[in-house]
Amino acid sequence: MFRTIKQIARVGIITETAKLSGATLKHYTTLQRDIYSVFGRALGVRHVDAGSCNGCELEIHALNNAYYNLEGLGIRFVASPRQADLLLVTGPVSRNMLAALHQTHDAMPEPKWVVAVGACGIDGGIFGRNYASAGGVDAVIPVDAWVPGCPPQPEAILEGILAALVKPNAHTG
Amino acid sequence: MKQSQTGISIQPLPGAAAVRYACVSATDLRKICEETGAAKGTLQSIWACDERDRDGGFRLWVALADSYGLLLLELPMTAENPEYPDVSDLFPAAVRLQRANRDLFGVRVNGGDYRPWLRHAAWPEDVFPLRRDHPADTVYPEEADRYPFVRVTGEGVHEIAVGPVHAGTIEPGHFRFSVVGEKVLRLEERLGYVHKGIEKRFESFAIFEGQRLAARVSGDTAVAFSWAYCMALEGLCGTLPNQRALWLRALLLERERLANHLGDLGALGNDAGFAMGLVQFSRLKEDLLRTNARIFGARYPMDAVLPGGVAVDLSNSGRRELLNALTPLENEIAVLQGIYADHSGLQDRFVGTGRITSALAVQLGLQGLAGRASGQAGDLRCDHPCAPYDQLGVRRVILTAGDVAARVAVRFAEAQESMRLCRLILEGLPSGELLVPLQEPAINRPGIGWVEGWRGPVMVFLQATSDGRIRRCHPHDPSWQNWPVLEHAIIGNIVPDFPLINKSFNLSYSGVDL
Repeated sequence: MFRTIKQIARVGIITETAKLSGATLKHYTTLQRDIYSVFGRALGVRHVDAGSCNGCELEIHALNNAYYNLEGLGIRFVASPRQADLLLVTGPVSRNMLAALHQTHDAMPEPKWVVAVGACGIDGGIFGRNYASAGGVDAVIPVDAWVPGCPPQPEAILEGILAALVKPNAHTG
Repeated sequence: MKQSQTGISIQPLPGAAAVRYACVSATDLRKICEETGAAKGTLQSIWACDERDRDGGFRLWVALADSYGLLLLELPMTAENPEYPDVSDLFPAAVRLQRANRDLFGVRVNGGDYRPWLRHAAWPEDVFPLRRDHPADTVYPEEADRYPFVRVTGEGVHEIAVGPVHAGTIEPGHFRFSVVGEKVLRLEERLGYVHKGIEKRFESFAIFEGQRLAARVSGDTAVAFSWAYCMALEGLCGTLPNQRALWLRALLLERERLANHLGDLGALGNDAGFAMGLVQFSRLKEDLLRTNARIFGARYPMDAVLPGGVAVDLSNSGRRELLNALTPLENEIAVLQGIYADHSGLQDRFVGTGRITSALAVQLGLQGLAGRASGQAGDLRCDHPCAPYDQLGVRRVILTAGDVAARVAVRFAEAQESMRLCRLILEGLPSGELLVPLQEPAINRPGIGWVEGWRGPVMVFLQATSDGRIRRCHPHDPSWQNWPVLEHAIIGNIVPDFPLINKSFNLSYSGVDL
């Protein structure tokens, strides 16, 4: 126990301010307050892997590490689509995940946002479209923001989440 | 070289991997599998090829691992009756591979498990998308998907159905638990959800570009798969990369192993209720990835391995930075290992949980990291070391307890070993060209790449066309072998321990769904 406490104290707080581009940085600084004023609680994010290679998942994990401190911004990952405001979708959408992706999206309460994460989510990426891949996410459900990259860096994913939220004509179902 | 009883002619295959090749009859195939199994050899992979455009038939390929390396067997089958002998009684991992072969090629065994594996609802039963005359982009209407899970009946038995979408940020798959109270009687996995036609997609790639797709077979194993792909291609071209390029590949591979082990060690603490472990290990992993970004230009250097060499170089200052980061990281991991070891709550969850005995591991063919936690010594870096591993003297990590605690301990030990290897590589890095030009690939034989990734051995089988494209590429992840073993690891454990046991294996979905 003593060693655990000592380790925590020694490492200290490592959270950084995310290095975002000008437009999204403006929202970043007021994000926690804005989320609270709209939702009265943290923004719930749910992730669905619709056919990814698992590369994007690694960077979504990284977004949850102490450097980025996502929960400190008022964004938390939730276990059920019923608790989610925003859906992160990775991968090209495999035909075998079509039904599960639709069900997950349908299970989210309104209003809801969708962010397609990674090059594959845009148009199928390196996997393209074929007998088993339906291609990009918006071939299946409406998408509010796209995050390019293979895999995108954690800050790019955060930027995508912010872009979806502040989009003037954000999809609200 | 002769196989003892069958008298089949066996030829060595050019390339960095230790591979022998033989064309066999169905009877010989079965006999060689029996001999190999009896001599403690294992099944590496089974796949099919459509050669009807060349000679009117199909092929079954079987790769067996024995003490000499990889034994590659090719069995011709007629187009009218593409049947081959079932070997799942000898190698249980064959079951799903054989089912996938039927879904994709319509080649089959007589009897056995009749259910589809990769085919859910996206194409009809009489369509075989990997046949060469099947266009890649034909899309079929959604079929009804009624998968017959095995039912467990009895007083108080009920089912818990989990997935394909899980509560955390992980890949999709379905787990069907049959339980009494909290105790698991049986787990049945159903995968295939992220099947996205990778093998078909390879056939639209130029052969000198295929490493990009290989790196994305399983994103956490990008270096191992792209290296295996390039090894197969370099075998086809009869060229070996320069030593410097090979040493840099090994550096990237050991850093990939290290990144995955750090991530898993944190996640394993978290799954046993010790969030501090996740926070601390995630920090170390992030530091490693940021160093990758600085030195190699990408947090995950997915496109660093190229045919004929590597796309990245290391300056003297980069080399110093990597060397200087090793000792602090070794110390950090040692501190956390001490904290894990002293935490009685954590050890209570780890010890004895999800046990696979050595005997069961042999029977089921458990491979790689999980195998080394259950007394299975296999590690390509030690058994059949290709350059530079033949000069590094990799110290094998092997434990026998076979529980979550053992799989945690193997990760700790292998992380330390990877850092030792990184130091050796950084200190001994030879000079030389990063890329050597490759000749035209041979079209009359296959190329094989075989690399010890962080989960275990990954293999790539590659054939070229005469116009510089990929004729056939089959990537194989050791998760094919290890997923069925997870079904055994959970038996008799309680449902809440499943996430912990599952994470202790941390198998790939994309790597087997393809």
